[in-house]
Amino acid sequence: MSFDQFLPIYFFVILGVAMLLYVLLDGFDLGIGLLLPLAPDAEQDSMIASIGPFWDANETWLVLGVGVLLIAFPQAHGKILGALYLPVMVMLIGLILRGVAFDFRVKARDQHKHLWNLSFFVGSLMATLAQGWMLGRYVTGFGESAGHQAFALLITLTLPAAYVMLGGCWLLLKSEGALQDKARHWARNSLAPVALGLLLISLATPWVSETVREKWFAMPAFLALLPIPLISVLALAGLAWVLQRPKVRDEFSWLPFVLAIVILLMGFFGLAYSLYPYVIMDRMTLWDAAASTPALTVIFYGTVVTVPVILGYTAFAYWVFRGKSTPLTYG
Amino acid sequence: MEVFDPLLLARIQFAANITFHILFPTITIALCWALLFFRWRWIATRDEAWLEAYRLWTKVFALSFAMGVVSGITMSFQFGTNWPGFMERVGNIAGPLLGYEVLTAFFLEATFLGVMLFGQGKVSERVHMFATAMVALGTTSSAFWILALNSWMQTPAGFYVEGGQYHVASWLAVIFNPSFPYRFSHVLLASGLTVSFLLAGLSAWQILRRRETLGTGVALRTGLIAGAILIPIQIFVGDMHGLNTLTHQPQKVAAIEGVWETQKGAPLLLFALPDERTRSNHFEIGIPKGASLILTHNPEGEIRGLNEFEGKHPPVAPLFWGFRIMVGVGMLMLAASWAGVWALRRRAANALPRPLLWGLVGMTFSGWVATVAGWYVTEIGRQPYLVFGELFTRDLVGPAPASSIAVSLAAYLVTYLVLIVAYVNVLFYMAGKPANAKGVSA
Repeated sequence: MSFDQFLPIYFFVILGVAMLLYVLLDGFDLGIGLLLPLAPDAEQDSMIASIGPFWDANETWLVLGVGVLLIAFPQAHGKILGALYLPVMVMLIGLILRGVAFDFRVKARDQHKHLWNLSFFVGSLMATLAQGWMLGRYVTGFGESAGHQAFALLITLTLPAAYVMLGGCWLLLKSEGALQDKARHWARNSLAPVALGLLLISLATPWVSETVREKWFAMPAFLALLPIPLISVLALAGLAWVLQRPKVRDEFSWLPFVLAIVILLMGFFGLAYSLYPYVIMDRMTLWDAAASTPALTVIFYGTVVTVPVILGYTAFAYWVFRGKSTPLTYG
Repeated sequence: MEVFDPLLLARIQFAANITFHILFPTITIALCWALLFFRWRWIATRDEAWLEAYRLWTKVFALSFAMGVVSGITMSFQFGTNWPGFMERVGNIAGPLLGYEVLTAFFLEATFLGVMLFGQGKVSERVHMFATAMVALGTTSSAFWILALNSWMQTPAGFYVEGGQYHVASWLAVIFNPSFPYRFSHVLLASGLTVSFLLAGLSAWQILRRRETLGTGVALRTGLIAGAILIPIQIFVGDMHGLNTLTHQPQKVAAIEGVWETQKGAPLLLFALPDERTRSNHFEIGIPKGASLILTHNPEGEIRGLNEFEGKHPPVAPLFWGFRIMVGVGMLMLAASWAGVWALRRRAANALPRPLLWGLVGMTFSGWVATVAGWYVTEIGRQPYLVFGELFTRDLVGPAPASSIAVSLAAYLVTYLVLIVAYVNVLFYMAGKPANAKGVSA
């Protein structure tokens, strides 16, 4: 394969990795946001302390994702964002409300704190639902039929459960005592909706898309794909089992979060396989949409150098705040 | 003009968002360096005042940073939703510049921010200083990339066009295009001045409300001295930027000066009501030959008038007034900061004359006024082009129906309005809180 043909694939992978990291990382932030109203005031501070040092960088993966789409696939970028104009707006306003609430809730007058907590929750909910809807619309290539809309609705309803699962497992890892018990409880309650949602989505996807049907059920591919649902089921069952065990409160508190990531990772692989080589399902392949080779080359070298560095200092930041989260102070 | 004109709505929406956004980077770029300075003074002197100043201003920084991040994310999407034609035509140039901003600046500042804000006690003092420096470096390099792109749109260079697509001939020429060095310096200085007056204004308010902390005096002193040093430099750089604009965008300067007909010995207008319909000014008050003197350094120098660019020059009134507001605020800054530094020679910060303190409170956000006015001059001054001399704004607008833009515009405006009120309110509230409150925050 020539360098010209390789570049679009490389950026497709970068785009995928950026979106995956966004969903996993901001997913647990947003999940905490969705869970916030369920906890009393004191615990809300601890919940937010568990994501305070990270949320900003987590959100940056979304900027990288939309940036790569813009830079590497300008033709697709305009069409995708054009088709998603209003849900994008809902998501952005949600992210604004959520993002500023981090600071306002502790800096504004005490009597306004509950309003900013509400803003935190509503913002997280708006962003999550909008992301679900956008993902659903995107997977069907923005199909207009009732079936396509219903499919998007299904994903819209599943994504909050998935984020709650991630958020609950993250909190289980980062908290102690009564709050940890609650986190465990919340994570457990999210599993049934997540399992049901994933099952329905898996059944519905080949039904709404002929392309997916052909790709999934062609013979050697079918066997190669089999591990995806199998691992998902195992991870879900494993997560349900682990959450019941007492040891999950201490030495194995990291395990639920890892299993939750595995579940979403499988969903991501399934999606990526179904889409490839399309940037817009059935309408535009990644080579059709790609920017010119010189422009891609410039940014290719940029990513080769910077992405490992970014991953390095991201790991450093998570390492600094490892272990149970402590109250956030500017010291 | 139709009320629901998609082009106008798309422009208003983008302008509203970018106006809201620019307020916060204008603070965070320089404030982060100020925090680094406070921190360094604390380590060097172990004087509690510096630590106290650091604590309060870190809170201001965290809040401002969050506001900048969320509005910046909105912007990154609006490039595509509002101006898809822009990326389709100049994506090969704009894309990599934006890409490098994300890769070298956004991740750097966002990731080290957590360590900077909450990492004390978890990392050594050196690592903490390093993290703070990385955030400062991130905010500044973010300004570098976005201003490289913005300047390229004003004075495009280093490209060739093939089949309607813009391609890069030389990256150095693209990045260091003719207006970039001036605009970059001008914006960094604007950020420095905005923070100087923010420091001085909030500190003055603490003194007037008898809510001083140990840190109030050093913050006020830092703000006034920095302001007094930066403002003459800014006036000098602004003048050079203006001369650069005269070379590359004469119609922008003509609109700023309200010069319709090309003339020698053009007056410097202090007041006028430019009228696009009659293509003349009403109620002119001016200094004879002033504009020629300033712009060409020759009282009889020739200034090209707007009529040479009919149909291809920006709207006149916003530039004419925007420029005068910016310069007027600059003059006030010069007066206030020099008066302040003069008064500080003999008195402690909390013994400054009350009128001066009230004046500084009034000028807390003067940097915002000047910055936004200046940006309006330069950005409206680029119209009707999106890429100056190359691409018209009207040709690059997105397909979104006017109704969608109107709905989202209304939603954004309400959100921004609420947030700006909350922000200003909370800043004064935090400054007025008793000093014992150790910012517990996320």
